[in-house]
Amino acid sequence: MWTRDLFLGIDVGSTASKCVIVDARGAIVGRGLFAAGAGTAGPRACVDEAVAQVGGLASAEDAACSCATGYGRHLESWTDLQKSELSCHARGAAELFGGVRTVIDIGGQDAKVLSLGKDGSLASFVMNDKCAAGTGRFLDVMAGVFGCKVADLSGLDRESTEVAPISSTCTVFAESEVISKLASGISIPNIVAGVHESVVERTYGLAKRAGIVPDVAMTGGVALNAALRERLERRIGFPIATCDDAQYVGAYGAALFAKENRSF
Amino acid sequence: MAEEKTGAKYVLRAIPDKCYEEAIEAKARGEMIGWSASNFPQEICTTLGIPVVYPESQAAQIAAKRGALPLLEHAEGDLGYSNDLCAYARISLAYADVGKCPGGERDMPLPDFVLCCNNICNCMMKWYENLGKQLGIPVIMIDVPYSNDYDIDGKRIAYVGAQFRAAIKQLEEITGKTWDEEKFQEVCRRSSECGRLWLEAASYTNYKPSPVNGFELFNHMAVATVARGREESVEAFRMLIDDYRSFVANNESNWHAPENHRIMFEGIACWPYLRATLTPLKEAGVNTTAMVYGPAFGITYNTFDEMVEAYCSVPNAVNLERSVELRKQVGAAGKIEGGLVHINRSCKMWSGFSPELARRVSADLNVPMVLFDGDQADPRNFSEAQYQTRVEGLVEIMDSARKGA
Repeated sequence: MWTRDLFLGIDVGSTASKCVIVDARGAIVGRGLFAAGAGTAGPRACVDEAVAQVGGLASAEDAACSCATGYGRHLESWTDLQKSELSCHARGAAELFGGVRTVIDIGGQDAKVLSLGKDGSLASFVMNDKCAAGTGRFLDVMAGVFGCKVADLSGLDRESTEVAPISSTCTVFAESEVISKLASGISIPNIVAGVHESVVERTYGLAKRAGIVPDVAMTGGVALNAALRERLERRIGFPIATCDDAQYVGAYGAALFAKENRSF
Repeated sequence: MAEEKTGAKYVLRAIPDKCYEEAIEAKARGEMIGWSASNFPQEICTTLGIPVVYPESQAAQIAAKRGALPLLEHAEGDLGYSNDLCAYARISLAYADVGKCPGGERDMPLPDFVLCCNNICNCMMKWYENLGKQLGIPVIMIDVPYSNDYDIDGKRIAYVGAQFRAAIKQLEEITGKTWDEEKFQEVCRRSSECGRLWLEAASYTNYKPSPVNGFELFNHMAVATVARGREESVEAFRMLIDDYRSFVANNESNWHAPENHRIMFEGIACWPYLRATLTPLKEAGVNTTAMVYGPAFGITYNTFDEMVEAYCSVPNAVNLERSVELRKQVGAAGKIEGGLVHINRSCKMWSGFSPELARRVSADLNVPMVLFDGDQADPRNFSEAQYQTRVEGLVEIMDSARKGA
């Protein structure tokens, strides 16, 4: 009976799947994340994780309304709605960061900058081209070269004494460049700083094209990289808000759309 | 009983086929034939009675029929061209080398001379020069300087007009044919009428709801591209207008979907993915009611100088201010609520100014403009999933704007 008041959003990305369940007030009551995206067991795993946190909800299908977003949204035919990740990230960010007008989202393969209207609705957006430079996948590959986890990159950057610039924007060529710098004895923290600067420059270009209007927020997994985020703040000249749920913002926005859809 | 294929769209479809067949037959008879840039003044060859075929149109058809990849690979592998080069050029240079399409998509005879006009891009110059060198044949080149002013000035018209006259002399010498000024006037009259009718047909997308599936113009533009000076083209466009007029009178449309939104499509079609680019739009009820690419081949004029000016005024030859104004005009006439801009990896010229063009049109018409990556003929440069996301984002913004209105 009470499942009428639970709403589910699932964000099936290229490298990870995220699920958020909200109650009738829009508060997050369950969340799940699995590091595998479209076409894998990831979507079901993240849904199961979120559902398990919500007492009384037997399955995702019992939610009053559900909405899928992300690259693999069309594969989740069991959901009631499907919305683009653009609108979902805008919706989620508008709710989490009141007054936000620019949302920078860096996901696994996409980097996008969303411009929001004063009412929080999506007004326009720009996205990276097909190249994965400057996205989460770029950092994944670089972390692999350094032999560390992506989560360790921020700490390494903070140990840097200078920036070892990475000139290649192509992920494959940048990997070669990083290996070359490692071989020449440059410290890992300084190269990590260069990798971060490379992402910052790509993101800055996108943001300038979109037009940067404060307040600015950052979503997606890369937002959790504090050192990179701070470099981006310095580059764009505005503080960038984020939150621990940065990776869930798309799924959260989807859940809010599910709630609103149910309300009509 | 099979449908009788006599409607305008079938007549229009048959005209380019006939042009290519005539060129093949002429070549078999031992006549000289040419390859021509799409915006070379075809009135000249029509007057001289020289059969010409069009590598750009050929490449587009090969790409649309999914035959481009083997030719692209041949250009890059066997001929050593960079894959940064325009895909039309790579397909054409490869075709000139192998002499046939992989699956017979659009075969045409090899040329005895090539006719180049750089009013649509400067890549044409090297492309045609290389064709000339590769095949050991003459290259007739007409240089149309990019106009940094809004209007085409008299010096430019004199400079380009003299080149038109020189091209006539060169063709007379190469082919042994003789210029007939009276026939030229008749060809010009017919070509201009053809251009006017093509523009009139294309303008039917301005009706709301549109009686026309805007993507259909991508199909019909082949006639405006390769057969502007032919009487049957004039008649075929009249038939098309009659069809559209009838649709309007009967409240019908060949856009067999709701018309929830109307957009501008900016740039060359993504030929290898024409269906893939149309389907998400159709599913969302988004009709294309404004474009400059197809109507760009509607060249109209009354005098020789006006003809020269028209060839100097094709979209990529004019400055940004005029380019923006043109999009704003067709956008307003098409009553658009948004736009899709094809950032075409092949066309550095057009894609170079497209983001600024989109920004200006968006600001001035107060509509969202969304960019997507693709290619006019290289199937490796397009991602359906990324395109769909961008279309969905555009639709959601247009929906939101309508609710807020």
